[in-house]
Amino acid sequence: MARETGESGETKSTKVKKHKRRKSKKESKTRIVHANILYDLTKGGDNPNRHYANNKIKTTKYTLLSFLPKNLFEQFHRFANVYFVFIALLNFVPVVNAFQPELALAPVVFILSVTAIKDLWEDYRRHRSDKEINHLDCLVYCRIEKRYVEKYWKEVRVGDFIRLRCNEILPADVLLLSSSDPDRLCHIETATLDGETNLKQRQVVRSFIDLFDPLKYNSVIECEKPNNDLNRFRGYIIHRSGKRDGLYKDNLLLRGCTIRNTEEAVGIIIYAGHETKAMLNNNGPRYKRSKLERQMNVDVFWCVIILLVMCLFSAIGHGLWMFQYGDKRPVFDVLSPEGTELSPVVSAIYLFLTMIIVLQVLIPISLFVSIEIVKICQVYFIHQDMELYDEETDSHLQCRALNITEDLGQMQYIFSDKTGTLTGNKMVFRRCTVAGVEYSHDANARRLAMYQEMDSEEEECTSHGGTLPRRDSVTSHQSGKVVLRSQSTKSHRRTGSRAEAKRASILSKHTAFSSPMEKDITPDPQLMDKVNECSSQMEFMRFHSQSLNQIPPDLCDVFDFFIALTICNTVVVSSPNQPRQKVMGCSMLSSPSAESTLTKLKEEKRPEHDLQHAFSPVPPNFDKTKALAQDECELRYEAESPDEAALVYAARAYKCALVGRLPDQVTVELPHLGKLSFELLHTLGFDSTRKRMSVVVKHPLTEQITVYTKGADSVIMDLIRPATGMLPLMRKRQRKILYKTQNYLNLYAADGLRTLCIAKKVLSKEEYASWLQLHLEAETAIQRREELLFESALRLETNLQLLGATGVEDRLQDGVPETIASLRKAGLQIWVLTGDKQETAINIAYACKLLDPEEEIITLNEACAVLLKNNYAGLVIDGRTLAYALDKSLEDDFLAVARSCRSVLCCRSTPLQKSMVVKLVRNKLKVMTLAIGDGANDVSMIQVADVGVGISGQEGMQAVMASDFALPRFRYLQKLLLVHGHWCYSRLANMILYFFYKNAMFVALIFWYQFYCGFSGSSMVDQWYLIFFNLMFSAFPQLVTGTLDKDVSAETLQELPQLYMNGQNSEEYKPYMFWMNMIDAFYQSLICFFIPYFTYVDSDVDLFTWGTPITTLALFTILLHLGIETKTWVSLTWMNWVSIGFSIALFFIVALCYNASCPACFSPSNPYWTMQRLLGEPIFYLLCVVTPIAALLPRNIYANIFL
Amino acid sequence: MMASSYNAKDEDGHHPGSVGSGGPGAVKSKKPDNTAFKQQRLPAWQPILTAGTVLPAFFMIGLIFIPIGIGLLVTSNNIKEFEIDYTGVDMFSPCFNCSQSYSWNSTSACTCSVPFTLDQPFESNVFMYYGLSNFYQNHRRYVKSRDDSQLNGDKSSLLNPSKECEPYRTSDKKSIAPCGAIANSLFNDTLELFYIHPNGSRIAIHLVKTGIAWWTDKHVKFRNPGENNNNLSIVFQDTSKPVNWRKPVYELDPSDPDNNGFINEDFIVWMRTAALPTFRKLYRIIQKKKDNMTPTLPPGNYSLEVIYSILEKRITKMKTQIKMLRFTVFLRSVYCQIHKLPELSMLKKENILILFFQLQNLTFISKFYLLFFCNYL
Repeated sequence: MARETGESGETKSTKVKKHKRRKSKKESKTRIVHANILYDLTKGGDNPNRHYANNKIKTTKYTLLSFLPKNLFEQFHRFANVYFVFIALLNFVPVVNAFQPELALAPVVFILSVTAIKDLWEDYRRHRSDKEINHLDCLVYCRIEKRYVEKYWKEVRVGDFIRLRCNEILPADVLLLSSSDPDRLCHIETATLDGETNLKQRQVVRSFIDLFDPLKYNSVIECEKPNNDLNRFRGYIIHRSGKRDGLYKDNLLLRGCTIRNTEEAVGIIIYAGHETKAMLNNNGPRYKRSKLERQMNVDVFWCVIILLVMCLFSAIGHGLWMFQYGDKRPVFDVLSPEGTELSPVVSAIYLFLTMIIVLQVLIPISLFVSIEIVKICQVYFIHQDMELYDEETDSHLQCRALNITEDLGQMQYIFSDKTGTLTGNKMVFRRCTVAGVEYSHDANARRLAMYQEMDSEEEECTSHGGTLPRRDSVTSHQSGKVVLRSQSTKSHRRTGSRAEAKRASILSKHTAFSSPMEKDITPDPQLMDKVNECSSQMEFMRFHSQSLNQIPPDLCDVFDFFIALTICNTVVVSSPNQPRQKVMGCSMLSSPSAESTLTKLKEEKRPEHDLQHAFSPVPPNFDKTKALAQDECELRYEAESPDEAALVYAARAYKCALVGRLPDQVTVELPHLGKLSFELLHTLGFDSTRKRMSVVVKHPLTEQITVYTKGADSVIMDLIRPATGMLPLMRKRQRKILYKTQNYLNLYAADGLRTLCIAKKVLSKEEYASWLQLHLEAETAIQRREELLFESALRLETNLQLLGATGVEDRLQDGVPETIASLRKAGLQIWVLTGDKQETAINIAYACKLLDPEEEIITLNEACAVLLKNNYAGLVIDGRTLAYALDKSLEDDFLAVARSCRSVLCCRSTPLQKSMVVKLVRNKLKVMTLAIGDGANDVSMIQVADVGVGISGQEGMQAVMASDFALPRFRYLQKLLLVHGHWCYSRLANMILYFFYKNAMFVALIFWYQFYCGFSGSSMVDQWYLIFFNLMFSAFPQLVTGTLDKDVSAETLQELPQLYMNGQNSEEYKPYMFWMNMIDAFYQSLICFFIPYFTYVDSDVDLFTWGTPITTLALFTILLHLGIETKTWVSLTWMNWVSIGFSIALFFIVALCYNASCPACFSPSNPYWTMQRLLGEPIFYLLCVVTPIAALLPRNIYANIFL
Repeated sequence: MMASSYNAKDEDGHHPGSVGSGGPGAVKSKKPDNTAFKQQRLPAWQPILTAGTVLPAFFMIGLIFIPIGIGLLVTSNNIKEFEIDYTGVDMFSPCFNCSQSYSWNSTSACTCSVPFTLDQPFESNVFMYYGLSNFYQNHRRYVKSRDDSQLNGDKSSLLNPSKECEPYRTSDKKSIAPCGAIANSLFNDTLELFYIHPNGSRIAIHLVKTGIAWWTDKHVKFRNPGENNNNLSIVFQDTSKPVNWRKPVYELDPSDPDNNGFINEDFIVWMRTAALPTFRKLYRIIQKKKDNMTPTLPPGNYSLEVIYSILEKRITKMKTQIKMLRFTVFLRSVYCQIHKLPELSMLKKENILILFFQLQNLTFISKFYLLFFCNYL
């Protein structure tokens, strides 16, 4: 957290600098980048790029010189520190001083130095991580050597040419100029930026088609000033010829991303260091102050009032006391050093200041430091909790915000993302229906059930071994760990136990959506038979060159169904042995066209390979690829969405495997037919309005132009039309299929499966030709291109023939329904905000018991004002309506409806809307909100909420970076909130109350004494005890209690979630409790004062021999009080005993040493031999026994009777 | 009293073999250790609370305190105290003249004698105190107005006392020894005690003036400057006496060199500033007779001779002050066995505390009753 703040501070400062620079260079609103190699020889003197920030990053706050002043300055932002320094300085004024000035400075100096050391250490860690990042290597083109040489990241400058290899992390924002990819693409993974693990394609700048040679480069790039918008980049490149080419965000590779699937790429650096988009985006989380602390600050303020009242009272008392003597001054009223007399009024004013010094302890100086220490300890324990450790990902909870642990115990609303948060973002093929016949895949269901069991089993068996091969990781500039994924495959070496095999799979999962659960689909035997039958028949027919029409229609449908599953997607095939390298297809390609493509590619690639052979981490070896492909051909599928991958894996289970995808053809391996290549004519990509995607292929067997469409059932079902020229029998069959499929779809939806319909359409040549013409027009259109393409797609996707439907399960994470149920019992309102479509969202909501099938669902789709006041309804609202509902005039109504609903589901919401909803609820309802999410789209919501939680398991780091707590799994939220949240809250609340009590109790002792010393500001407590009482003698036990106290055991808290409401209603710390504590403190101090008073009244006791027992009694009382207040008082751990014993021992040891050290020092108390003498007197022991008990009597009675 | 069981939970997390068994290639997992401390399962003392074990325990505690209480009560009843007020505010008081006398500038101090009768004998050692009321020795500026290192015999402090002593630091350009307001206001009445024999003769009772201060004060904290120089008048020659004093510090007790100067015990006793505005200070000790047969102070008539000396310099200002200063003499006899208890008169109040204690026991018991019932519910 601190790191984040540091970085944000740094970013701000650079921003400021930039503003200045911008002002100084007003003439240019754009950045012009020249290639550095043109200016290498002039040493940057007139290099136009010299003004741009270099790539060295510095996130530290301080330098050696600036540390002291800057740190002190920052510390004095805290009001309390200023107050204590003021008090300490007041002691230097002779008229009002109460203590030795140097002594009075001690506590405040101690506190300041502890904080300073902490800051220094944090800054040092930042410095180290900066250094590590700055010294990463990359290849930069050197003009002199005419080749790429290794340089540190920090030496890279804007305008440098940089060569990037596969799996390298980008050191700066780079404009892509060349790629080894035949399609002039470069694949990057942006997990560290936005958390998305799928590959993104970036294109080489249009004009650099040929092989790129840095020496020939002489263009100038003009682009935007650095900004933090990740999704925008505009500019153009001006060639020497004067030709301009536009630059888009598709040309820019951002710092922090990783190059994947691309052997190498060359680019020019546009933004470097702190000006990169990633760094500009890296503004840390806002400073969060917990609710408890806000409440506490109010009471600190009350303490100030009490202090002032006490001081004023004493001052008036002193004035009156002086006044009663008139002008006959008594002998004990010593004149001022100058021998002048002070009037009662003046001495009353002086006394007021003196009293502030004497009673300063009332404002707890160590409270702030203690809270910080306790929170750090709490964080440590949360971090150490075994139950929050995830075996699969070897990660545990991270607390990124150290100062809001107790807020976890006070949550009222939870806003959750769906995909990846509630669900595992692991799509698993569950069942399908083909041609109206349902294949229930019972074996598959059983297998999935088994996986779940295995999970729980393995948690036990894997906990023993520690042989998890860890991914190599590099600390990135974003303070997160960037995973170098290539290494993961090394772990495939040996497979011993089941656990190990599983772990290997865990690692491979990081490269694709491919845990064995998703990959190894057990085929339904019935369907499998049909597939076999179908393909053997086809094989037969092809062999005999018969028409395929003779195959029974249901078999034909099965065949088409699987073909559609296999090819109707954008899945990229890669091989695990060459991680993230595009596989050009397995060997033995049957299709001549594919072969030719391959050879074409080979030819293209050769020269480049020769060039880069020395650098390339994985020397491309086609023979090897072939051999490996032959061996196992275990391909890995990279899909943009996990359900695509799931379907492809499902098809593979039926031996219908996708083996290669090239821009213009798809290769499919079929059981009897071998490899078939489909010529890919068009891909009409998925969009959210159409809710479907289609591919147009030329069927290799029938030579027909076929359209395969896959999409949401709601849209596809409407497009199903029996072909016009069909036999009535066929038509009837079609209707039957339609009817049956619809039934099954409803069934699937009720099971919470994501349903997709598969349909096909066969186009006649003429139809295709006419469509193609329009489509080509649309593609080439300059204006309204998107719209035209959309219309063109609509034209094609009509009159489809339904093949079947699939049910894919986006498996809920383990324990989600249980977690939600228990969080609900705990009184938490759970809202799901998802970008997903409504049907899926509702399905998932049912699956995780968020919605009850029996309850009414209010769906706000249009802006209809259905304001049903029903307590047991679920509210479902979609994005467009949400935008409406969030309008200023309607937000109150919306909240009113939402509050009366049991659960709220917002679908299709944008990240901004998510954060607006959270903000609205937080501000309007004045409740504590928690947002939990895993993806980049949840970041804004996480930042807005009181507590942001990121799920660190599946997706990238973006959400985690923004979060206050990062969990590996959603279900851990239960323990985090119900147990740790409750504990942290209860511990801190009690500690804060105890602090107020303790200080008030101690200070009141001195206040009572003022009645017996003529309100002269005299204190019977030795100043050393007075100053170190809080800091040393009574400090440790409360820290131990604040860290370890348990009011209720973890088991009980989880079994009875209702206990959580305790924190929601702030029951541990209510305003009246502060006053109760104050009253108790005053009562106890009265006892602790007056029992010694009556003991020694009218005796020859001297001031400090009387004051020392009082101090001792106060200490005993305070510690005993803590013992009673400790909720686990019946089971105080040894830590509590040790700390209390230590405190008492410390007090006596210090007192004995202090009282024996110097007979003539420590004026004015000069306590020589006081403690020693007291310890020889039985009365002292009697007092020590009697007084604390008498003092604690009322609290004890109260605790017994009322609690 | 509390049947406590050590509730150490089963530490299943310790697998002695598992560490390092992963072989050299094993990388440490980030899995937290399953230790009681880290998992917040520290063993705790858990008293088993049943009425059967707890009730007797608390009755036992109560029983222990009852004899203690009785013992203290008896002891405090055995203390005899006799108090004489010689302030002289009252018209008929023998010291009325002295308190009303305005002839302060006369060098001869006012003397008065207060007769009194003891009905009971005072046995063992008798301690004689003087007391002051509404004398704020604990006033902040008053408490500070001293120089401990000067009193400890430091030569440089003797000639250059601490600034804290202001305005009683120097007089006539000479440093004051002992400096400060506390020393300046030293109580300097002289009290003598006479036994009036039934035959009319006045027998002076021997008052011991040493042994009244703390041993550490007399021997460690307070020291005369000038090491072994017995002639204190030379040691103190460059200093001047406190303004209110009639005689310099080296003449406080010329008869006894070990009780003179800064180590004069009357002075030391005074310098230990009282905690409360009404206080007493030990003045003299009347030692018990050697023969142990006759009481230290047999019953009969006595006379207290007071040399009533009021701090001279501030006389005019102290005029009404006198009424507030109530000089009292306490006579106390303490029985040997509890001789060391400095003050036991408060024990009557202590009885209330013992009652408190019983109450406390009751609440404990009530707590256990509650828990007891909870267990059964």
